Amino acid sequence: MFDLDRWQEIYHVLRKNKLRTFLTAFGVFWGIFMLVIMLGSGNGLERGVTQNFGDMATNSVFIWTQQTTIPYKGFPRGRNYNFTNEDVIAIRHSIPEIKYLAPRIQAGGFMQTNNVIRGLKSGVFNIMGDYPAFNKIDPLNFKQGRFINDLDIKEKRKVAVVGTRVVDILFTKDENPMNQYIQIQGVYFKIIGVFASKRTGEQADQENQNIYLPFTTLQQTYNYGNAVGFFSITSRDDIPVSVVEEKAIRVLKKRHSIAPADESAVGHFNLKKEFDQMQGLFFGIRFLVWIVGTGTLMAGVIGVSNIMLVVVKERTKEIGIQRALGATPWNVISQIITESVVLTTFAGYFGLVIGVGLLELINFLLGSSGANTEMFVHPGIDFSVAVTALCILVVCGALAGLIPARRAVSVKPIDALRYE
Amino acid sequence: MITINKIHKSYVTGQNSLHVLKGIDLNIEAGEMISIMGASGSGKSTLLNILGILDNFDSGAYYLNGLKIDRLTERKAAQLRNKMLGFVFQSFNLVSFKNAMENVALPLYYQDVPRKKRNMIAMEYLERMGLKDWAHHLPNEMSGGQKQRVAIARALIGKPKVILADEPTGALDSTTSLEVMDLLHEINATGITVIIVTHELDIAKRTGKTIRITDGNITEIIKN
Repeated sequence: MFDLDRWQEIYHVLRKNKLRTFLTAFGVFWGIFMLVIMLGSGNGLERGVTQNFGDMATNSVFIWTQQTTIPYKGFPRGRNYNFTNEDVIAIRHSIPEIKYLAPRIQAGGFMQTNNVIRGLKSGVFNIMGDYPAFNKIDPLNFKQGRFINDLDIKEKRKVAVVGTRVVDILFTKDENPMNQYIQIQGVYFKIIGVFASKRTGEQADQENQNIYLPFTTLQQTYNYGNAVGFFSITSRDDIPVSVVEEKAIRVLKKRHSIAPADESAVGHFNLKKEFDQMQGLFFGIRFLVWIVGTGTLMAGVIGVSNIMLVVVKERTKEIGIQRALGATPWNVISQIITESVVLTTFAGYFGLVIGVGLLELINFLLGSSGANTEMFVHPGIDFSVAVTALCILVVCGALAGLIPARRAVSVKPIDALRYE
Repeated sequence: MITINKIHKSYVTGQNSLHVLKGIDLNIEAGEMISIMGASGSGKSTLLNILGILDNFDSGAYYLNGLKIDRLTERKAAQLRNKMLGFVFQSFNLVSFKNAMENVALPLYYQDVPRKKRNMIAMEYLERMGLKDWAHHLPNEMSGGQKQRVAIARALIGKPKVILADEPTGALDSTTSLEVMDLLHEINATGITVIIVTHELDIAKRTGKTIRITDGNITEIIKN
């Protein structure tokens, strides 16, 4: 099957019209090249966006207070209200589907004046009061120490968990921030943990400027009474988060005398919904890429098939001679199909290699330039996709050769011999 | 060796039907050397093509070495051509990108003879044709006579029972023509049946028997 004469013939045929061979091969090359580039870029975009979610549990919902818009039970519209510690207890007791419930309260950080001081250094940071459960919903990457624990909450300890950016600003490079004290809005707190965000880009920069205090400590220290800023809730793994979302909002509306029909009094954000939409978007992108990519590839393969038809026509007499000398139809068919497969596979392989090479180059440039690539992380394709693409190419090459090959043997030997 | 009974052959093009062979009967013994003559369009080439299993016929019977040739698959036909028949064409029909040796070895390639072995055998045949030094030349580097000798070597390498030559000297000058005829005589002397289609009387005269075809019928059989 793979003898020297066969390759000699393939070489002769492909070399006979170099420009034509090149252009045909380029069609296939371009098809697979585009497929690789588009798939790789799609992957890069997807990785970038999913990394923005960090390790956050996707079955999470966030609930906060807004103004009421419907008068109810004697209250006017446009009323402001606060969630309270009692809401936390009520939600936990009435909704068993909840896995984690993390109330949070925020103290300043949006003010432009420096609110955190250490010695001569100071900075503006977001101050959050949190429960231990928050680190389960939106986990942080700890460099040192730990997150707030139940004892901190219970004893209202004056401890703080700070981001790397906070450390960079308040400490010199060789200082260890652990167990050091910083002054937050006039009160001293001991640092018990340092974390880095798991997100990328601007979102990571934002998160690294956060300072987490025990929820109860913050409430008492800065006179928030029993007010709660917002809830982060995660549903149990077998329960859709939208169920928990609805129930929690119903409970809160009832407790705060809000009209059941008031859609905007309770602000909420369902991460799962967002995540699903994103997934849908990426599915759409991938689908489109495959349609366009395989379309381009098909155009290339059809080009190969066309050229093989021309080649077969040109070589009619030669094939006639071979058949007169004893070449069976299978000899002729396999020869032409091999030619087609060789051309397609070679061109496709180059497309694959150069496509992957370009993706790697982009990767390298993105990495070395240190650009803020929040939306585009590590473009590339899976090895299995590459192998699949090559297999498809071989099959396509064989199919492309099939029609011309059948055409070649459908001519009677004598007609082939007489062909000029 | 070859027996044909009442062979009919028509070419149909659209509405028109051209009756080319009108019931040919012919018997050729093993080891004979015969020539087929006729004006152009008389059907002599068609007859040769049918004998060479390159073309089919409408009715009648054809026995080659006792084997009935009828509605063969293309695969079987190819194998028969390969084993039983050798072709010599007017225009040589060498494969342009193969050198003389590879051209001669081609029939053995289709018999799956290993490359080394078939090239060795091809060299023997080229030596017999006096073309040993030209073994590695491509066809376009050779003269007409040389090309035809390569073609004859190629026709012989499969050890055929019958050589079919379609105007083998048609493209050659008279001296070379004589050389080629001598060669065909030598081949015939080894017991191989040789059938030559020609329109040159000189050539026909040098064969044992001349069959004249006119308008699709055998009109004359002359013993030379």
